[in-house]
Amino acid sequence: MASDEPIIRVVDLDAGYDGVAIQQNINFDVKRGEVFGILGGSGSGKSTLLKHMIGLNEPIKGHVYIGGDDIITADEKTHEAILRRFGVMYQSGALFGSLTLLENVRLPLEEFTALSDDAIDLVARMKLELVGLEAFTGHLPAELSGGMQKRAGIARAMALDPSILFMDEPSSGLDPITAASLDATIRRLAENLGVTFVIVTHDLGSIYVATDRVILLDRKAKGIIASGDPRKLRDESTDPRVRAFFNRESQAVVT
Amino acid sequence: MNAAVASVATPDTASIAVNDLPDGTRRIAVSGRLDAVTIPSIWNPAHQVVAEAKNHVIVDAAGVEYCDGVGAALFVELMRHAPDGKLEVTNLRPAFQTLLNQFDPKVLAHDLDPPPPRGPVLEEIGRASYRVWRDVFDLVEFIGELTAALFHALRHPSTVRWGDVWHICERVGVDGLPIVALISFLLGLILAFQSAVPMKRFGAEIFVADLIGLSMLRELGPLMTAILLAGRSGAAFAAEIGTMRVNQEVDALTTMGLDPVRFLVTPRIIAAVLMVPLLTIMSDVIGLVGGAITMQTFLIPFSTFFREVDSAVTLTDFLAGFVKSFVFAILVAGIGCLRGLQTAAGASAVGDSATKAVVSGIILLVVVDGLFAVAYYLLNI
Repeated sequence: MASDEPIIRVVDLDAGYDGVAIQQNINFDVKRGEVFGILGGSGSGKSTLLKHMIGLNEPIKGHVYIGGDDIITADEKTHEAILRRFGVMYQSGALFGSLTLLENVRLPLEEFTALSDDAIDLVARMKLELVGLEAFTGHLPAELSGGMQKRAGIARAMALDPSILFMDEPSSGLDPITAASLDATIRRLAENLGVTFVIVTHDLGSIYVATDRVILLDRKAKGIIASGDPRKLRDESTDPRVRAFFNRESQAVVT
Repeated sequence: MNAAVASVATPDTASIAVNDLPDGTRRIAVSGRLDAVTIPSIWNPAHQVVAEAKNHVIVDAAGVEYCDGVGAALFVELMRHAPDGKLEVTNLRPAFQTLLNQFDPKVLAHDLDPPPPRGPVLEEIGRASYRVWRDVFDLVEFIGELTAALFHALRHPSTVRWGDVWHICERVGVDGLPIVALISFLLGLILAFQSAVPMKRFGAEIFVADLIGLSMLRELGPLMTAILLAGRSGAAFAAEIGTMRVNQEVDALTTMGLDPVRFLVTPRIIAAVLMVPLLTIMSDVIGLVGGAITMQTFLIPFSTFFREVDSAVTLTDFLAGFVKSFVFAILVAGIGCLRGLQTAAGASAVGDSATKAVVSGIILLVVVDGLFAVAYYLLNI
């Protein structure tokens, strides 16, 4: 259901901390309904770029437009409106430790919708069923394994059915079966509801199954070294760095 | 009943219309946009028309333009409450139907993870008593481990991580000095003023010096220093070790074959034992200075004040307080480390440990101070 209309635009962005750029002059568009992958080896600045895109950290320079509004320069009101458009799933789940899983998923629904208590309860339960946690609704995050916490984090990010979902390494730490069903869920939501996904990952399995288009970041090149359909990049790219990444070859270039 | 409940749907609203067919089937037409913004207005009405239905219910979703997770929740809710347990959703666009098919109303009908039932009162009391007993047991066990670790440190001083010790000394001693000085100074000042006013009526202001000297050196100096230490360093120790526990750093030490008590607790206890007595002496002196300054306003010069203190206070009084400060140091630092090591999992656990370290630290201080008072009385000190 991907359309040609860009919903996220990253323009001339320098990503990094304290004035030290890890990536320079990043430019790309994400289309509505697309599953977009940000790939790269460890330390290539994937998560840093994501933090700039969701407005957590200010980039060194450049702009990030979400639905046409610049998240970096937006005033407080616009910024709040932008935040409602997306959900974020953090690497470790980032669940609130003092709340049960159900309460974690209920929280955004209670704060931002006018739904009745029963309705919120049902919606939250359904989100947890979607990630296979319907039998753990009353557990505290600390009582669950890392993979389960992560799945609950996904359920919370999806609670408000945002039109954009950012995910930081969603499949790392998940067993292969859960990872595959997560990929299927992502495809279903993208194709049927037109939800846009921006996924930071280096899990090749998920990349080929779930993503439509990817960019590959490189630490030494400080920029995007490849972009496009991951399956085509794997089969057709001539760049040894790109081939090494997509074919899982051990080369000193990609670390 | 053939009336439409709410008729035309504009793109940003949702509506339902009810139509009872001649064969007794109730047909509910849902249309518009089904999301978190529009659903609240039709949730209860839809619920009601399904609950009131006598026979079979069919939901006609031909007019649904958009349906996200909340929309799917509405259909699931209606399926759960259909009178004959069956509710057909027809004409839903395939894209939305795929989403709806992900959910099983039967699974969602029950709470699969209810809170555990509360036991009878007796059981609760039993559990609570067991927890207290367990706590005492842990404390005794910890004292044993600590004693062993300290003896080991005495016999093999080279095994102590002295770098850590000096670093903690700085944080406990030097960084704690300003607050100890301020509190002691104000304590001396206030104590002197409060006692000098009534004593002046009997012309006995000079004995304020005796009072300040004895109370600061024997009781207040060591006790206030230890309480401040419990608040500053006891809580810090519990939080530091607790965070390490949550991050599995303590587990890493254990599996590397390094004893957490020797590695984490010993340097902290040694640092506290070195610093607290020094802070106590500081506190004694500054408290006396505070008292002396107040007495100036009652026309008693410094020299008179300190001569009076000298005649009232003996070396034994000073040592009585000084010995206490060693015990208080071990107590407060030890309980801080113990609470840190006992930290459970979760974000609030570290905060709980820090709170417990301060509370149990202060309780222990007061109890032990009471024991000292009895012992000193019996020993005529």
